[in-house]
Amino acid sequence: MAKELWKGNEVIAEAAIRAGCDCYFGYPITPQSEVPEYMSVHMPKHGRIFVQAESEVAAINMVYGAAACGLRAMTTSSSPGISLMQEGISYIAGSRLPAVIVNCMRGGPGLGTIQPSQADYYQSTRGGGHGDYRTIVLAPSNIQELADFVQEAFDIADYYRNPVMIAVDGMIGQILEPIEWRPVKRRELPPKDWATTGKRGRKTPNLVTSLFMDPEDCDRMNQLMGENLKRIEENETRYEAIGCDDAEIILVAYGTPARIIISVLDELRTQGIKAGLFRPISLWPFPEKPLHDYVAKDNVKLVLDVEMSLGQMIDDVRLAIKGKKPVHFYGRAGGIVPTVEEIIEAAKKALKEAK
Amino acid sequence: MMIKLISAGFGGQGALAIGKNLVEAGMREGLEVTWTPSYGPEMRGGTANCSVVLSEKRIGSPVFSSPTDLIALNLPSLNKFAGKVKPGGNIFINSSTVSEKVERSDVNVYYVPCGEIADKVGNPKAVNMVMLGAYIGVSEAVKVETVETIIREMFAGAKEKYIPANIAAFQSGIDFVKQYE
Repeated sequence: MAKELWKGNEVIAEAAIRAGCDCYFGYPITPQSEVPEYMSVHMPKHGRIFVQAESEVAAINMVYGAAACGLRAMTTSSSPGISLMQEGISYIAGSRLPAVIVNCMRGGPGLGTIQPSQADYYQSTRGGGHGDYRTIVLAPSNIQELADFVQEAFDIADYYRNPVMIAVDGMIGQILEPIEWRPVKRRELPPKDWATTGKRGRKTPNLVTSLFMDPEDCDRMNQLMGENLKRIEENETRYEAIGCDDAEIILVAYGTPARIIISVLDELRTQGIKAGLFRPISLWPFPEKPLHDYVAKDNVKLVLDVEMSLGQMIDDVRLAIKGKKPVHFYGRAGGIVPTVEEIIEAAKKALKEAK
Repeated sequence: MMIKLISAGFGGQGALAIGKNLVEAGMREGLEVTWTPSYGPEMRGGTANCSVVLSEKRIGSPVFSSPTDLIALNLPSLNKFAGKVKPGGNIFINSSTVSEKVERSDVNVYYVPCGEIADKVGNPKAVNMVMLGAYIGVSEAVKVETVETIIREMFAGAKEKYIPANIAAFQSGIDFVKQYE
């Protein structure tokens, strides 16, 4: 298959269309406005639904409604907009519905900046809204992965009846890279016999709700949801490890910083420093055990966690490592992308302190 | 090969399009490529730039602090990036707009009067095509034929009449830098 040059945001939109997204609801916000732009042109051509909602709150509730009817529904936004959507995401999770949400993260808090950031890690991986739910969070670090993951996300959401979030930073939305529209893993999906599509011969109507009058019922729903989340933790962790087998220092990063670190590794190794990269691809569930096993090995002196935030994933890194090795941190916030040189310096400094 | 290029100019001069043509050509020739635009709360008439990487192996960082090559279509771009170019690197200046000279002696500088050349071939809008030709003439980053094919495809259909003028602008950029050999 021939490679084609695609921009990140347009890939998000096209991948969703290829995955059979029936409805897209969104509201423009930099740095992801090319997604609704592309959708507004192409969804109608495929006979699908595009609505520019009046706000992010409206958009996520439209996703909720469409998902309840058994349709493949999606929205995309950037940090401030995703914050507005949290109530809706909680309702979607509480109603055990599939949905795909893309967050093209920018600097925060508040309106922050429009430049790339990863400061929504906590919000993405801890649920974000109220209640005991989690969203499955995938973090691509190049455009090919973005194309693959957005397509897969619809199947994953349907398979587990749980919202899936694709978390990228603004840079991945803006960048242009060659990709292949290759087939992605498809799953055997259960029928959506819970969907509100009309009674059609059934005796009782289907009811989609996150409201329970009896706490026993709500507890039962939560226990079922908990079992489902456990199943996701067992089956859906993803990661990539580069040069970790003989590394004295393992850098942990996802998204854009992870690909910058590929350049860092080359440079450090030419200087005689054995460095490796551990890249969580699923942020929730976090690839705890593989990270632990790499870091526990004798060759590893320490870990350097690198993020475009003040340090959020570092909590999961520490939990995974269980205090076995020191964890250092380097991060830039507010929309600044760390440079190769800065990360090299941070790695050398950390190694010096360890000696 | 590992080219890290910054192409910069006023919005509308075609600095970003130079980068896009390069990565499209690089991809077709089997190279790894990335194109990253700078984006921000830009003003009409302000500066725009993109970072381009062309490489034979997997590209790590798509952005970089010091480019191997710089294309500056206007003065603010030259002022912003000229000092960051790696020693031994190349700076391409649109001398129709920029009269300043580069004071560094550790880089190769090419002064290309893109405006005058574009006027001469009867295509005053094709400043960026002239510069693309000059850049490829020196760097040989991609093949001339690959770019010509892309230009033909870009203007296929209703805009077909623009093909000869754009190819001519591109070719005169290549011809201009031959004097530097």
